[in-house]
Amino acid sequence: MSTAIKWFWFASPQTFFPLAGTIARACWIGAALLAVAGLYVGFFVAPTDAQQGEAYRIIFIHVPAAWMSMFLYVVMACWAAIGLAFNTRLSSMMASAIAPTGALFTFVALWTGALWGRPTWGAYWVWDARLTSELILLFLYLGFMALQAAIDDPRRADRAGAVLAIVGVVNVPIIYYSVQWWNTLHQGASVSLTRAPSMASTMLTGMLLMALAFWLYGIAASLVRVRCIIRERE
Amino acid sequence: MIAAARCIVRRDLLLALRRPSDVGTALLFFVIVASLFPLGIGAEPNLLRAVAPGVIWVAALLSSMLSLSRLFAADHADGTLEQMLLGAAPLGVIVAAKVLAHWLVAGLPLVAIAPLIALQYDLAPALYGTLALSLLLGTPVLSLIGAIGAALTLGLRGGGVLLALLVLPLYVPVLIMGAGSVDMAAAGLSPQGQLQLLAALLVVAAAFAPWAIAAALRISTE
Amino acid sequence: MNWGGWSEFWAMGGYGFYVWGSYAVTAVCLATEVFLLRRRTREAKA
Repeated sequence: MSTAIKWFWFASPQTFFPLAGTIARACWIGAALLAVAGLYVGFFVAPTDAQQGEAYRIIFIHVPAAWMSMFLYVVMACWAAIGLAFNTRLSSMMASAIAPTGALFTFVALWTGALWGRPTWGAYWVWDARLTSELILLFLYLGFMALQAAIDDPRRADRAGAVLAIVGVVNVPIIYYSVQWWNTLHQGASVSLTRAPSMASTMLTGMLLMALAFWLYGIAASLVRVRCIIRERE
Repeated sequence: MIAAARCIVRRDLLLALRRPSDVGTALLFFVIVASLFPLGIGAEPNLLRAVAPGVIWVAALLSSMLSLSRLFAADHADGTLEQMLLGAAPLGVIVAAKVLAHWLVAGLPLVAIAPLIALQYDLAPALYGTLALSLLLGTPVLSLIGAIGAALTLGLRGGGVLLALLVLPLYVPVLIMGAGSVDMAAAGLSPQGQLQLLAALLVVAAAFAPWAIAAALRISTE
Repeated sequence: MNWGGWSEFWAMGGYGFYVWGSYAVTAVCLATEVFLLRRRTREAKA
């Protein structure tokens, strides 16, 4: 994409600072527009579900939030790994900036999952495989944030967090599959809170629009936070 | 390299034996926690038999985690850790030896005591073998993963609790496979799948954890 | 359009509590994050 010089030009916190601001502003606007479009499709275009009635409309938040929570963890781990490997401060700052937003999406996924579970499966928490994995993911996020908060030296915090994030991201598939198996053992046929494969295309459109909206929101929030971190540290 | 490893293992075992109370406390914790559950959920035999694998596994997990914060703290305090970091032997080998010593002292005894707890819960004797094997395969993984946490939190305030927060989510697959293997055996099915997965986790952890522990130690002591 | 009127919209076929409970908490969470970010920016500038 760019020459070696340009690549490292933006690796400096000072030069990245204004760029982050510009991108963040664009992303806030994009997120708002996509959210309006997604919610419009979700509430006024997508039809009522045959089995779940109107309760299924929670899906337009639950699934995008869950996707984002997992995606942001991987992105966070990548930034942390780059910061550890190349010793670049900005990469580690990005990882620290993404964590709270990722944790927030995880919480939203859990909350909406619980409120979706109550009318659908009868209880607020049913130890569904995906919800349980989301809960563990929340613990992973909080652990990362707690570790960084407990270390005073910023460089040690960056590097320790990076090791934890890498160990975490390697473990996430293992955790996910073991929880899947555990769920089938204890509940018979696995029933997931996500929809069956045949979904009305309008429902899928709504979900995708909201997912994009959350993604842009996540980028904007992380960039604003990294600007704060840059200000605080430099 | 092997000589260095053997030396470290012997040293740590000697140190542990000189303070038998540390070792004994963790084992006592295992027994006490396992005894608490019936007091909390009632002594209905069928219920206890059903929850036994999970309870024993959780108690083993917590007990193994208790002694983790001491893994590097003592050496860090008296400067031995710095010597290890500067020494000729590869750090990966040194930490592997330390974790092995930790497991011999904190994990292996759990395997030995577990059948007694199983007796308390009236678990079918046929399942003792699976229980012991699952703990035998699982507790080293717990020590390896826990050591990563111990290295990351070295010297931090709130160390013990923070260590627990970091390490418990990573313990989940081991717990699920370990307790699950005994549950499968209890249901009359073969526990082979879960035990093989545990063995696989052990191999992967033994291969990669020492790297992570060494990296974390370097980060924590700079 | 799916709805016969606003009252139907808010009722959500009887599931209004769950649907709006989800959306409301999500909105509160996002708003809180934005608020905290703005406060952090202000303090960092000072």
